[in-house]
Amino acid sequence: MSKPTHLRKTAGRVLLYLLLTVAAIIMIYPLYNGVVTSFLSPSNVDTYPPKLFPIEFYVQNYADALQQAPLVRFVMNSFIQSSGVMMAQLVMASLAAFAFAFLPFKGKQLVFLVFLSTMMIPWESTIIPNYLFIQGIQWDDTYMGLIAPFMASAFATFLIRQSFMSLPRDLYDAATIDGCSNLRYLVTIAVPLARPALGTLAVYSFLQTYNQYLWPLLITNKVEMRTVQIGITMLRDAEREMWAVIMAGVVLVMIPTLVLFFIANRQLIRGLTAGALKG
Amino acid sequence: MAVLTEKTVKEAKDHGRRRGREARHDIAQWLAALPYLAPSLIVFTVFVFYPLIRSIVLSTYATNSIGQMANFVGIKYYQRLLESPEYLNSLAVTARFVLYTVPGVLLVSLVLATLGNLRLKGIAAYRIAFALTLAISGATAAMLFQFLYHPNLGPFNYMLDLLHLPRVGWLIDPAWALFAVSVPRIWLQAGFATVVLLAGMQGISDELFEAAKIDGAGFWASWRHITFPLITPSLFFLLVVTTLNAFQTFTEVNILTKGGPVDATQVVVHEIYRSFYFNGQYGFASAQALILFVIMLVLTIIQFGVIEKRVHYA
Repeated sequence: MSKPTHLRKTAGRVLLYLLLTVAAIIMIYPLYNGVVTSFLSPSNVDTYPPKLFPIEFYVQNYADALQQAPLVRFVMNSFIQSSGVMMAQLVMASLAAFAFAFLPFKGKQLVFLVFLSTMMIPWESTIIPNYLFIQGIQWDDTYMGLIAPFMASAFATFLIRQSFMSLPRDLYDAATIDGCSNLRYLVTIAVPLARPALGTLAVYSFLQTYNQYLWPLLITNKVEMRTVQIGITMLRDAEREMWAVIMAGVVLVMIPTLVLFFIANRQLIRGLTAGALKG
Repeated sequence: MAVLTEKTVKEAKDHGRRRGREARHDIAQWLAALPYLAPSLIVFTVFVFYPLIRSIVLSTYATNSIGQMANFVGIKYYQRLLESPEYLNSLAVTARFVLYTVPGVLLVSLVLATLGNLRLKGIAAYRIAFALTLAISGATAAMLFQFLYHPNLGPFNYMLDLLHLPRVGWLIDPAWALFAVSVPRIWLQAGFATVVLLAGMQGISDELFEAAKIDGAGFWASWRHITFPLITPSLFFLLVVTTLNAFQTFTEVNILTKGGPVDATQVVVHEIYRSFYFNGQYGFASAQALILFVIMLVLTIIQFGVIEKRVHYA
């Protein structure tokens, strides 16, 4: 290779890394700025110019955030809601997916369309009757009220059904001939074999529920029943806005989902792209 | 005219018996499948289908303050919507929000995915940085941006100072507020969109690029003639999803501006929320919610009908 083209190649590569780094900085910056601010002492956060780099490590903000709002309680509420929705979806979607994948019955297409149609009805357009209904049965300010509307999901059913359909049909036939009941086949054979899809669904539905805003805002009024996304705004509504404390609270409540993102990156991405890749 | 013989009668009876057996068989199959389908069907009935019907009924009734239906008003609310400046404003605001966020998300994610698809050492770390917003909720994103937008303490105005540009009242200036609310949304969705586009790009066979290289095509030529056409299905999917999501926006508006200043960010869902949650107009709000449903349905159908024809499916 002659020298000028070699140089040009290196220069090009440096330029690409530069572009990548600028793009990454832009994407990370809002989060980065929150973290930097959360470690600033009051004298530094309220003075101009804003601090763009971490200059101190003032941990007191985190203690203050935990003191100003019951953040632990909020996180716990969100964990209960998200785990409840996740487990219900895993069970209900596995059951329905089993019927769609293995059981012969008349009108399967029609039932499938009924499931599909639930995806075409935006949650916001039915939220008023749902709100009135939950209030009517006095499920406002309860975990049931937070969980019940999201227990079944057409998307979850399709995801698991897809996985069940990739299992060899002979396996099911052989098992049933040997006298294995449907339920036993589902629990002892199909579910263990569909673990990757179930893992994807678990991560995806947990994250979606943890990040919910409108529904918990409507049906929780007591402070101790607020979920984390609603509760976090309480820090801001204090008499004097303490931005370092607010940012500390925001960082705290993001930790669970960030951890989930880093340990279950693959499952999460598979879940999110499942809709995109022909299904 | 056919004469009934012993034989035909017997055949008819057999046929009937067979039909009966088949029907019993169908029912047996249904009974076997029902326990598996019932849990989901019950949840859908209670929280999707029944509320949709109740929404329609509710939208034709005047209600008392706790949402009980009082008297039938027919299509009065729908007529009122057409004359309601608040509602018409919320439609216009939402349309502008769609125009800001949808092209914004698609453009940003196209650039990020193209960069993330480069074959360089350490690219995996960059991809993780691009996808990071997947883990972030609308509420926390809004809180992070609220500080960035702070008039005196926020970094955005500081950057304008550094560039000797006039400061902007991001969330308090009606001319800027909607844009300011759109940015966290673009930021959040760009992560998701980049992941989807990258998945599409990685699905393209290497042979195509090698063949193009042999034909002397550079980076841009391959991008334009191979990469872009082959990720149009992913782009199309994103177009539909981001448009529908933009119509459902609530969180960022509720946290950052509460619809203000002077209704500059009052999107449709926030207007629905105000109508029923604060003003107790359940019927009127239901009418708005149903119109939102119809708009979204029509948009989905149009997008599938018109644009999908031009999309290249590999």
